[in-house]
Amino acid sequence: MDYFIQQSLNALSFGAEYALIALGLAIVFSIMGLVNFAHGEVIAFGGYSMVIMGTLLTNNPFVLMVGVVAACVFASVALERVAFRTVRGADLTTGLLTAFGVSIILQNLFLLFGSPRPIAATQFIFLDRTIAIGSIRVSSLQIYETVTTLLAILALMFFLRRTTLGMAMRAAALDFEMVRLCGVRANRVIAGAFAISGLLAGLACIFIMARRGSVQPHMGFDPVLVAFVACVIGGFGSLPGAVLGGFLLGITEVAVLILLPQSAGGLAHAVVFALVALVLIWRPDGILSPAREKGDKI
Amino acid sequence: MLEISQLKVFHGVIEAVHGIDVSVSEGQCVSLLGPNGAGKTSTLSAITGTAKSTGSIRLLGEDMTRLSIEERCRKGIAISPEGRRIFSNLTVRDNMLMGGAMRRDRAALLSEIGEWFERFPILGERAGQMAGTLSGGEQQMLAIARALLSRPRILLLDEPSLGLAPQIVAKIFEIIRELKSRGITILLVEQNAAAAIGVSDKVYILNNGRISRQGAAAEFGDGSDLMDELTGVHS
Ligand SMILES: Nc1ncnc2c1ncn2[C@@H]1O[C@H](COP(=O)(O)OP(=O)(O)OP(=O)(O)O)[C@@H](O)[C@H]1O
Ligand SMILES: [Mg+2]
Repeated sequence: MDYFIQQSLNALSFGAEYALIALGLAIVFSIMGLVNFAHGEVIAFGGYSMVIMGTLLTNNPFVLMVGVVAACVFASVALERVAFRTVRGADLTTGLLTAFGVSIILQNLFLLFGSPRPIAATQFIFLDRTIAIGSIRVSSLQIYETVTTLLAILALMFFLRRTTLGMAMRAAALDFEMVRLCGVRANRVIAGAFAISGLLAGLACIFIMARRGSVQPHMGFDPVLVAFVACVIGGFGSLPGAVLGGFLLGITEVAVLILLPQSAGGLAHAVVFALVALVLIWRPDGILSPAREKGDKI
Repeated sequence: MLEISQLKVFHGVIEAVHGIDVSVSEGQCVSLLGPNGAGKTSTLSAITGTAKSTGSIRLLGEDMTRLSIEERCRKGIAISPEGRRIFSNLTVRDNMLMGGAMRRDRAALLSEIGEWFERFPILGERAGQMAGTLSGGEQQMLAIARALLSRPRILLLDEPSLGLAPQIVAKIFEIIRELKSRGITILLVEQNAAAAIGVSDKVYILNNGRISRQGAAAEFGDGSDLMDELTGVHS
């Protein structure tokens, strides 16, 4: 029983991380049709900012957390201004290639000004402790991660349903031009999407840093790749789909790790992606494809 | 108030409108009639900024041609577009809120939405429902309400009666008449010539991207002599 609870929490926290990042990809995609592969570098930017702030300003982890989130929001919005605004309205491939280009440039900048090797930044690792709930020993970080993600999803739902900008973002996913015909500034809607995307990346960054205790140029790339797959499974552009895909991937990954013999642990990803392929044969547009989805987005 | 001159409209390399002049005075309702493919929607798209164009478009003397879509709306151009384009994934109320999204006087906006719900009780009853579940006629009313909630200087209507049952068409024209009596300036694109002429002060006939005829609405009678021009058949 303990084992089951521990593994469930494990799956939830994996899923939560993927869901946070996948949501960040999905919200930008739903509005702009852009697959933002540079999202991982936003996360890495948050990590490097943490190192710099930790060295120059303070070691107070709570101040640093706010700083990391702010840095990610800044990086995300700045990327849109500098790189993606020029390809706005271009086709999917152009956007995808631009995002890949931006991602590679940023990774190399991190290599150049940072270091190819991990740089320690351990202010957040205190989040990761083993705590006992009754007789069950669980990781506190996994609880924080799951709870934070659920709160972030609720806050996002509230924002999208109740605020004018949020409504405009949902409407823009359907008919951006009509939103502009209502007098809503396109730049505001898009900057809003990138800001939210950056905020979610910032939360993910905090948890990644808490687990790893160090930054590396590629630290964001792998999770974003997995989150991309989560989006594909859930239905690209669908926000509920991104969350669903993220959690499904987390659960599958943990299940595969449990079921596979220890010696075959290296195959875990191969098995997960084979299952993803099966899902896509069953539903080529993903489980909740926006085209199929009638009515509300989230 | 709206002065258009030498307007050419382009869709990529296709020139859909070949240099037309249209003017709408304050408080007037002006109709733009013509057969399918004449360039009516293209003309409205040029005015709202959603299609590329050359020539001049002035609203109250101010040049619109360099402004973005949203800035033109903020200057007072609102449209109930072809196909209505209501936000089907938003509730009826949220669609209306989107119409007034750029307004700062939130309290006044909410009370105006309340007035629309009184005028169209069916929209009021369904305020919390997804707008995609409304019937065609209800969607058209919603599209008109959404456009007016931005408090425009001029309202553009693109075929508001298209595909609706006769009683609903009558209701739409009743609304147009009422808007006009409230002093709202309207540029109306229609296939239903007789009804459009009935509510208009001035009429333009557009054919193959050119104005083939224009004049005071009274000159067009009930529009029955327009059959040839409006079906695109030339005798
Ligand atoms: N997006 C577009 N791309 C290419 N051509 C277009 C586009 N939109 C319109 N056209 C062409 O421009 C011409 C005018 O079209 P427009 O939609 O303005 O006509 P309309 O008068 O509104 O017709 P209808 O009564 O059928 O709505 C047509 O020949 C049409 O094929
Ligand atoms: Mg048309």
